[in-house]
Amino acid sequence: MSVNLFEMQREMRRRREAAIRRGVVGVLDIGTSKIACLILQFAPNLINEPGSDEAVTVPSMGAFRVVGVGTTRSRGVRFGEIAHMDEVEKDIRLAVQRAQKMSGLRVDDVIVAFSGGRPRSYGLSGEVNVENGEVHERDIGHAMFACDIPPYGHGRQPLHAMPVSYTLDSRAGLADPRGQIGNRLALDMHMLTVNDTVVHNLLNCIKRCDLEVAALAHSSFAAGVSSLVENEQELGAACIDMGAGSTGISVFIKKQMIYADAVRLGGDHITNDIRQALQIDGDVAERIKTLHGGVIATSSDDRELIEVPNPMSQWEDNRRHVTRSELIGVIRPRVEEILEEVRDRLDASGFDYLPSQQIVLTGGSSQILGLDDMAARILGRRCRIGRPLRVMGLPQAATGSGFAAAVGLALHASHPRDECWDYEMPHDRIGARKLRRTVRWFKDNW
Amino acid sequence: MLPIKHDPSPSLLRYRAERIWLRKSVRQAVRIWLPLGLASWLVIGLANNETVRAAAADTWKGLRTTVAEQPELRVESLSMPDASDDLMAQIFAVADINLPASSLDIDVARIKTAIEGLDAVKSAEVMIHPGGILEIRTTERVPTIVWRDGETLRLIDDDGKRVAILARRAARPDLPLVVGDGADRAIPEIHAMLDVLGPISARVRGFVRVGERRWDVVLDRNQTIMLPEYGGVTALRRVMAFDTSQNLLARDVEVIDMRNGDRPVLRLTDNAIEQLRVQRAYVRGEDA
Repeated sequence: MSVNLFEMQREMRRRREAAIRRGVVGVLDIGTSKIACLILQFAPNLINEPGSDEAVTVPSMGAFRVVGVGTTRSRGVRFGEIAHMDEVEKDIRLAVQRAQKMSGLRVDDVIVAFSGGRPRSYGLSGEVNVENGEVHERDIGHAMFACDIPPYGHGRQPLHAMPVSYTLDSRAGLADPRGQIGNRLALDMHMLTVNDTVVHNLLNCIKRCDLEVAALAHSSFAAGVSSLVENEQELGAACIDMGAGSTGISVFIKKQMIYADAVRLGGDHITNDIRQALQIDGDVAERIKTLHGGVIATSSDDRELIEVPNPMSQWEDNRRHVTRSELIGVIRPRVEEILEEVRDRLDASGFDYLPSQQIVLTGGSSQILGLDDMAARILGRRCRIGRPLRVMGLPQAATGSGFAAAVGLALHASHPRDECWDYEMPHDRIGARKLRRTVRWFKDNW
Repeated sequence: MLPIKHDPSPSLLRYRAERIWLRKSVRQAVRIWLPLGLASWLVIGLANNETVRAAAADTWKGLRTTVAEQPELRVESLSMPDASDDLMAQIFAVADINLPASSLDIDVARIKTAIEGLDAVKSAEVMIHPGGILEIRTTERVPTIVWRDGETLRLIDDDGKRVAILARRAARPDLPLVVGDGADRAIPEIHAMLDVLGPISARVRGFVRVGERRWDVVLDRNQTIMLPEYGGVTALRRVMAFDTSQNLLARDVEVIDMRNGDRPVLRLTDNAIEQLRVQRAYVRGEDA
């Protein structure tokens, strides 16, 4: 394992902790159709120790409250990647401004989710001898360091990396081997890489809004965190986050993500199909899709007429009508295409071998009527439409499935479970680095 | 024609301004410290300016005059129901009352202290009644004793306070005369002695305080009754008993010395002594 990955993960963890310690963290979900900003306030937890005079305020990790929400239409994002920097910058500013206005708090640190960047998953494994017969944090750090990183290619960078399960001698599937006795410690790790230009564009864009990036996550991961209930995360499930520009896939087991991918197809493509088929404007097509869209036609749909405004017409008698089954006929092939693509990715991920194979559909496009039936047929498993978990203070308007990624980020920030990156690594022993680390520790604490 | 939608997103400048405004310290500074500072700067600046202060004083004075000149506050008449003409003249001299005046300008407390400073006044009440009447109620001191202190004759009341200065003794023949230092501090005893002297009070010429401790009662025909320091009234009562039984005071006695109660002494006039001697010789059968 390269030193680079370690340092990056540590840095991200450190920044996120620092932001949470400051009490107010923004969550920014940069999607293709909308940019959402949530402002989280971490409740100060009064720890009044019997000996001390004054109460020490330390934000408790779990307790946060959403105090501000700002949403705006995204105009410069294609396939979850930044296509027009100025537009995205303006939209981020608008979303942040709205959320700040609602909460009355200033946001300096944001946690960002994006859905593009062609994510790719890697499974790594490393193995070391346990030094003292009992597994210490240092042994886990060494095992993580022993993982050999596959050549993920030039122009890509790791985004997530988390140990999934540990094997101590012959016992496999341990969640936390610390304190146990054994000789040989092996671990499996999951790593996600994305295009680094996408990330750099995003960071640059956020920097231009005077915001600090406290953490970066892929939205398929974030959607999985918020949409899968604890049971599903534990036993194995896939979350399909159907956004506007891309459809994210994440597979969870034992509360860890083991696979993530994204299909570069989404709700915008459905809207475009409707535009082409009916010859109408984009926002009209979007409106018709959300009001009348569906994927399974019944006989009554042949009789249901949808009025289609004609942009060229100036007179009342120029109105056009299409039947709902015609509309479904336009939407359905595209949805089938998306789901088939998802099925291929899931098959490639080894999802078939998980003990439980629940599939949860979420994201804005998952609200198409009849999608769960169709997904069950194409993916061959039980599916449900997922909404994000309820978090404190979230307004009703932001509880829909379109906010799965944003809420997932908030949950991820409050329960990160990545303290393993603070374990001692072999290269920490090297003098210069150790010195630098000591200096940093002093800087952080004083 | 569709209206042109304007971009809802904030400009960078506006966005930054709003974020600066959201800083707690900035908001506090602008909302609290800035107005506070401006106000104090203004107040200090104005207070240090002479012309502004003079103008403010003028305005205040004008305002006060306007209020004071209201007819409702006008005091036009003075009523002194208890005062004698003499006292009234004294009060006018002391209290400096110029009517008509506004009730705001009349310092009632000052008038009261001024009047109470007069010798003849025991206490005074000064009040302004609705309808513009200034009323001064005085309680005068009643002179009971004439005290000759050195060359001056003073009228003093029961408390020993001076009421007035008397030009001639003959002006107040009804009051007893008292002489001697410290006499004014023992006035109650004089009244008790006058009660005892009731039947012969017409003969009393005065009381003399001796050494600031005891009394001599001086009667006409230069008779003197010397009383002790303590129990003077009792001693006087004994003298009066003598007088009733023996007609003592009508006799040719110059001094009745009661200073030692066990041994009263009579001092006769020279004439009487001569007479006594003649009579004694006559009793013994001798020649004079």
